[in-house]
Amino acid sequence: MAIEDDVLVVGGGLAGTIAALAAADESARVRLVSYKQSTLRHASGLVDVLGYTPAGDGPLVDPFDALADLPEGHPYERVGNEAVREALSFFDGIAGDAYEGGHTDANALVPTHGGTVKPTARYPGSTAAGLASDDRDTLLVGFETLPDFEAPLAAAHLEAAGAPFVARGVTVQFPGIVRDDAKVTRYAHLLDHDEVVATATGETTARAALAETVRAHLEDETRVGFPAILGDDRADAVRADLADRLGVDVFEVPMGPPSLPGMRLEELLYAALEDAGVRVTTGVPVVDYETDDGGIERIDHVVVDRNGTEIPHRADQYVLATGGLVGKGVRSERERVFEPIFDCHVPHPADRYDWFVDDVFGDQPYARFGLPVDRELRPLDADDDLEFENLRAAGAVLGGYDFAAEKSGSGVSLATGYVAGQRAGTEAGR
Amino acid sequence: MARDTEVLVLGGGSTGCGIARDLAMRGLEVTLVERGTLTDGTTGRMHGLLHSGGRYAVSDQASATECIQENEILREIAGHCVEETGGLFVQRPEDPDDYFREKLEGCRECGIPARVLSGSEAREVEPYLADDVKRAIEVPDGAVDPFRLCVANAIDAETHGARIETRAEVVDLLRDDDDIYGVEVRHESGPGKHTHATAGTTEKITAEYVVNATGAWAGQIGAMANLEIAVRPSKGVMTIMNVRQVDTVINRCRPKGDADIVVPHETTAILGTTDEEVADPDDYPEEQWEVDAMIDTLSDLVPILAEARTIRSFWGVRPLYEPPGTGTQDPTDITRDFFLLDHAERDGVSGMASIVGGKFTTYRMMAEQISDHVCEKLGVTATCATADEPLPGSENVEILEAGMDDFGLRSPVARRSKQRLGSRARDVLETDEPNPVICQCEGVTRAEIRDGISQSGTDLNAVRIRTRASMGNCQGGFCCQTMANELHPTYDEETIREALDELFQERWKGERHALWGEQLSQAMLNYALHATTMNRDRDPASESSTVDFAAFDDGRGAQ
Repeated sequence: MAIEDDVLVVGGGLAGTIAALAAADESARVRLVSYKQSTLRHASGLVDVLGYTPAGDGPLVDPFDALADLPEGHPYERVGNEAVREALSFFDGIAGDAYEGGHTDANALVPTHGGTVKPTARYPGSTAAGLASDDRDTLLVGFETLPDFEAPLAAAHLEAAGAPFVARGVTVQFPGIVRDDAKVTRYAHLLDHDEVVATATGETTARAALAETVRAHLEDETRVGFPAILGDDRADAVRADLADRLGVDVFEVPMGPPSLPGMRLEELLYAALEDAGVRVTTGVPVVDYETDDGGIERIDHVVVDRNGTEIPHRADQYVLATGGLVGKGVRSERERVFEPIFDCHVPHPADRYDWFVDDVFGDQPYARFGLPVDRELRPLDADDDLEFENLRAAGAVLGGYDFAAEKSGSGVSLATGYVAGQRAGTEAGR
Repeated sequence: MARDTEVLVLGGGSTGCGIARDLAMRGLEVTLVERGTLTDGTTGRMHGLLHSGGRYAVSDQASATECIQENEILREIAGHCVEETGGLFVQRPEDPDDYFREKLEGCRECGIPARVLSGSEAREVEPYLADDVKRAIEVPDGAVDPFRLCVANAIDAETHGARIETRAEVVDLLRDDDDIYGVEVRHESGPGKHTHATAGTTEKITAEYVVNATGAWAGQIGAMANLEIAVRPSKGVMTIMNVRQVDTVINRCRPKGDADIVVPHETTAILGTTDEEVADPDDYPEEQWEVDAMIDTLSDLVPILAEARTIRSFWGVRPLYEPPGTGTQDPTDITRDFFLLDHAERDGVSGMASIVGGKFTTYRMMAEQISDHVCEKLGVTATCATADEPLPGSENVEILEAGMDDFGLRSPVARRSKQRLGSRARDVLETDEPNPVICQCEGVTRAEIRDGISQSGTDLNAVRIRTRASMGNCQGGFCCQTMANELHPTYDEETIREALDELFQERWKGERHALWGEQLSQAMLNYALHATTMNRDRDPASESSTVDFAAFDDGRGAQ
């Protein structure tokens, strides 16, 4: 007996979860299967839409202004301007108070751990007080045991970037961290649970000790930024507590992997999936598929490997949201680039020495590898015909855009996930 | 006339650093200048093989004999740079029996310990060898870290009073009629330790005697004084795998050919190589066919290489030389022996000798012979001590190993650090300050990075070769920025930004040749980390236009 649903989403990152939620919103019976950990935990937790044009102009104040000029084949061009806005409001509805930025079309400039600013359309509440477009003077606090964030250097970098305020950085010891190689989750846990820690003046709690340490360095600044380790489950309470003790606003600076803001976004999305009644199975790869007979091919079912047992999963509509090269939704060998589940067409130069350019930050062809799709986000073959009638693709598995250069990764995942999920949900209900 | 230094050595590869150490230990005043960082030329671009001599046991027995002698010396004086892996010359069914026999006899004639293993015995040693290998000859090949060895020579030369200048390119030879008396160098950023974004200067350095140890570049130096030195640079590719498929050096036992060796090196295995003459050692094509040939050909010996992950490829240029009139066509037939060209004898120009040819394993012996020559020229009688005096890091390693703690590090990290630092481990790692891991792939801590910085300034590639940081699977995607952070607060923000960009670009250079499969995914991840979250590709601090911050969302509209 096959497992039967209206919509099956393959992939559990931002695009996949949004697609599942959008399909469920159309009253479809939805299942999501994912194999690997999503790339959300590599990501900053910022939700960008478009920071720079493909030609490199920017940072863009208004990303929506630039959408109309994107080239044919760009995922935003495929779904259209209105869908991008609808997808963002859909996300705002899911995220609620956890994310800000929805009050304006303008991008915010968020300082990140390298010290410069990144344009983004939505940002976690934890970063809101730290925006570089806000002109309040800033103290950045780094920790001796967290080498990814060198606060005094980041402060100097912000000034070099022209930020309209005075930034100062200090490096302190994190109270209660005894091992030099403690994971970021250990820092978060200490603060979440406000554990008892030993300090020079005796035992106290982690939050009190941290506030005490920082207070000694605070001058006239009205906001203090920390690397993004301020709690996990109780991040809002940790931040509010620290702000209360210090008498200034407290914010987080997004960091590299593993990224707590990315994990928090993941948790938020999976909680929403549960609320929406989406059935979720993680850690299971799709290993095969079968089509039914007929004209244009339709996927009849896919085969999911559950701990060595191959179980057919059948749905009316399918969404492929397996990610790009990083998420392994697009793979490569010496001679070819391919999509491993349905073998959808991935355009690429025949010679692999044409997959890259010599400048590491140049216009990299490999960064655009992915599936071409029609305006319904259905993958197209080399002759521009549909690969399958009932398959849509969303997120980084799509080609034709360089999310890293444009700062458009989250926005494309939201917009295409939303459209793919909504269409799949509507079709399945017919 | 008073000179700035007694001996001026040109070139900071293994030969130049070996000469500098040798002469400095003999009490001479030595200055060494190097165009790039130490090992930048050929030394840092070799496969990491410490020859047993087995490779030359048929074709060039003089070299083979020198190799086994020096192999034994380096195990003693440079123990912390050498891994005693052992080596196998593996015969496949299609490889000639005659050659196998000649190889075995040659090894015995040259004093190279050699033992024949059956195919199944060889596979017991190395389970990933192909099922159908016929038999193998076991020899004492080893793996050597050329960076560590070369830097240790330079450090010891400095300890004995030498001046080592990197990023100092020779722009002219100072010549007075038929006498060369020094060079003019261009310091990329002023003399001393390298600092990015500091203005360059030029300096004239005069010397009693100049040693041209620039290898493949010796002809270019000679040309500055109208001396013809016919070096025949020959390129070879090396392809690095992400793990060690083998723990023994694997050689193909057949007459010369491309792609016939796999060397386990630290956490990786290095496949080599090709042999193609090039016109310019700084500008030659790095070609796809060479990388493909490594994988395809060596898969005959070790089949899993066909599916394995490569993390980068790099090319080196051999400084081959043969005396005028020899006329060898194929570079693989040119002798691996070295030549000392005394320009006074050869060209009637005094004050300089050039050293060409040779190979890494015998660098110390070459340095000894050249140093003898220099001493003779200068009337100095001191004798060579480099065969007996351990290099810094290799003094009493066994005794120290037993008594050393783990410096508060988790044991795999401590073990790797101690392997790299040898007897310097205590000096470098013992610190009261927090010492987090900076490079996760290679297990390199802050203390080791800072030790590298104290030696080489903002040159993060020089820190890299000293520590292996950014040389693992992620090729610096996760640690380049963290390494650069360690330059603060000694150096300022702009300087650090430039240093970071240079390291990141250098890592990309070799990674381009491994862009498929897992490593293409890694490249995309690295690009995303640096461009997306850190916005390093469009950093307003590095752009000429200014950002109108006031036009952006300041977050206050929300409240």
